Amino acid sequence: MDRPTVVFVGNPNTGKSTLFNHLTNANAQVSNYPGTTVGHAVGELSLPHLGPVRCVDVPGTYSLAARSADERVALEAVLGLGDRPLPDVLVVLLDAPRLARSLYLALQLLELQVPIVFALNMMDEAEAAGQVPDADVLADELGAPVVPMVARRGLGADALLQALEQTLRGEHPAPGPPHRFSEPLRQDAEAALAALPAEMRPPGLPGARAVALGLWVLLSLDDDDALADLELDRSLLATIREQARSSGRDLVSEIVGQRYAWIDAHVSALYGGPLRLQHAVQDRIDRVVLHPISGGLLFALVMFVVFQALFTWSAPLVDGIDASFGWLAGLVAPGFEAVAGSLAGPPRTLVETLGDLVVEGLIGGVGAVLVFIPQIALLFLFIALLEGSGYLARAAYLMDRVLRLAGLPGQAFVPLLSGYACAVPAILATRTMPRWRDRLLTMMVLPLTSCSARLPVYTLLVAALFPPKIEGFPLPVQATALFAMYVFSTVVTVLAAVVLGGTVLAERPVPAMLELPPYRVPHLPTVLRSVRGAVSTFVREAGQVILFATVALWALLSFPRHAPEDLLAPEVIAEAVASGADLEALARPLALERSAGGYLGHLIEPVIAPLGYDWKIGVGLIGSFAAREVFVSTMGLVYGISEEVGSDDLSLHEKLRAERRADGSPTYTPLTGISIMVFFALAMQCLSTLAVLRRETAGWRWPAFITVYMFALAWCLSFLIYQGGRALGFE
Amino acid sequence: MTLDQLAPGQTAIIREVGGTGVFRRRLLELGLLPGTRVLRTGQAPLGDPLSFRVRGTLLSIRSADASLVEVIA
Ligand SMILES: Nc1nc2c(ncn2[C@@H]2O[C@H](COP(=O)(O)OP(=O)(O)OP(=O)(O)O)[C@@H](O)[C@H]2O)c(=O)[nH]1
Repeated sequence: MDRPTVVFVGNPNTGKSTLFNHLTNANAQVSNYPGTTVGHAVGELSLPHLGPVRCVDVPGTYSLAARSADERVALEAVLGLGDRPLPDVLVVLLDAPRLARSLYLALQLLELQVPIVFALNMMDEAEAAGQVPDADVLADELGAPVVPMVARRGLGADALLQALEQTLRGEHPAPGPPHRFSEPLRQDAEAALAALPAEMRPPGLPGARAVALGLWVLLSLDDDDALADLELDRSLLATIREQARSSGRDLVSEIVGQRYAWIDAHVSALYGGPLRLQHAVQDRIDRVVLHPISGGLLFALVMFVVFQALFTWSAPLVDGIDASFGWLAGLVAPGFEAVAGSLAGPPRTLVETLGDLVVEGLIGGVGAVLVFIPQIALLFLFIALLEGSGYLARAAYLMDRVLRLAGLPGQAFVPLLSGYACAVPAILATRTMPRWRDRLLTMMVLPLTSCSARLPVYTLLVAALFPPKIEGFPLPVQATALFAMYVFSTVVTVLAAVVLGGTVLAERPVPAMLELPPYRVPHLPTVLRSVRGAVSTFVREAGQVILFATVALWALLSFPRHAPEDLLAPEVIAEAVASGADLEALARPLALERSAGGYLGHLIEPVIAPLGYDWKIGVGLIGSFAAREVFVSTMGLVYGISEEVGSDDLSLHEKLRAERRADGSPTYTPLTGISIMVFFALAMQCLSTLAVLRRETAGWRWPAFITVYMFALAWCLSFLIYQGGRALGFE
Repeated sequence: MTLDQLAPGQTAIIREVGGTGVFRRRLLELGLLPGTRVLRTGQAPLGDPLSFRVRGTLLSIRSADASLVEVIA
């Protein structure tokens, strides 16, 4: 027999991941469902007698009706549609203190007549609240095994495995639904079945499942984008609904209502009494945490810590990684030089080139991937802690009103805030957003937030081109300019979200409802797993692209190669040799100009000239694709200073100020500076961001769109500012 | 009276859920059905969204959405 497949289904926040990870010993691999952006985990557990079993974790969902990609995936995984394996058993999570909510999904699953084992989780919370559902009664009502559990302590895991094994052996036949839909609804459902594509309704479908699928399509169809690609007979469905409506029936409330009718009729009996609505302890905490003053302060404090961690605390780690790669490069480079020195002619050039490839391309490229890890790990550490404690949802609740200005839900706050440190971890953090449309919109505008890599560029330009004081302006000019760039970036991010959300991603509004989970102590293993998962997906799936791009960019700025002797005039060489100067260093600016990148800089000059840039800035722009701050070191190279310049390097400031155009006017004026800063604020100049966007949107389509819109925006605004400024007589 | 008009700490029974399409279905599927008891717990510091306890869970609902739900206090 093939290895059986067990699929885990449940509402969000019922401990599904906790249970899954406990059972599979965290050997799970997280990846996207083929062709979608919905993440899922696949792992393995071992049963005492039957041996290994494949486990699939489905995203948490409240319903199977396809409102979102997640819910669509849930149905497909449960029924083994498309290329997903048909599950042998479902493990369905029930939330013991909040049974009514989880039973709604459970009933939909029972309607499908597939083998099910119920895990009645959070029994400890139910006991603490003094409202404990009776698992045996529930098992009788549902017709399937119900195992009481405390997943975060592993309690009940053995009983669950035993129930799984019995079910796999066929000791528990597939249960049917305990509720019965009204006759007219059943007829509608059977009629609606014909609207489904043939592969979703194979011949010999069990009666209950046929009804369930019919109801599913009736409930799912609201010109819903999640079903846009399904071949449905929409006119048949419209007829069925129209007929129902003309006889005064509303299908949606009938379907949902009849399920809840069963739930309402049974829940109090399960708890042995009516449920209280209040929850004294939780509500008391909320009164402080959501209070206008104490809640506001706490929120500010939490977000300050998260941001500090990303922006400041990650710095030593990032520097450490940079330093160790520099050290590695320093270790390897002399080896190549020694070998090259012993050779002559083409072999020598070959070894030198190879050495550069290894030192600057490969080691640099791997370093470029690894420098992101501290920020990703820290951000996911905080997110997992906040999520596990129940605060993340409350942060979204607190910020919802503010983010609505941008047409986004409150959950966009943490990712957007993180964007001011670095877009790469921030884009990964959008995974906490449940709705795909909102998530995509957030990812589309995130690269506009002023990430820390832009800061050195701003600092260089502001320090080199802006006077410290202006007559009659009370504030320090340079600091004000920097601050203005942050305000500008924020305003543009909000405007872009409004515009894109109203055009490209325009959608009918959906109620932005959010469950505020109970406060809990974060479960450390789950937190660590989340950090590890984020880091490893990044390295595996975005790392290659970043590595490749870094090598390609290095090649662009290094080839074709020229010996210093070919670049420099004989008198210059003679003088350099006489004074003992480094020939290589002298030749570097010329080598760069004659490289493919230098050639490209010249090539794009006509396009960027209207923004006030010359070809040298063009080379800087090309170099900054590796990371925006590389602009500074590329300028250092272009102006023959050194690659190691910082943005506070005075000789670089001098060079920039001294640079002249053909007509003798200075190339770098405050106006050019503003034009360049605006360009950096808006342009999509980060290959790592693109690599992560490709990973998270499952393709190049959205990254391409984002690149185009951002460059168009950058060019247009820089153009307006530069040309407008000149027309007004500014420099 | 509509759901958004409940005072904090006040309970009510849902009479009817308005709105259309996905919007309405989502409210219904989360258990905001006619006959269901809701407790208004509070609101975010900026006055919106509002929070309610329904069927044992705490939900945050924007007041514009809540105004589509009719209740009997
Ligand atoms: N008290 C208690 N808490 C639990 C139990 N099982 C899980 N938790 C906690 O409940 C929270 C949610 O658990 P997850 O495993 O992330 O829930 P999930 O169902 O996978 O949630 P989604 O990822 O949103 O689908 C975490 O803070 C867990 O530590 C349990 O049996 N008792």
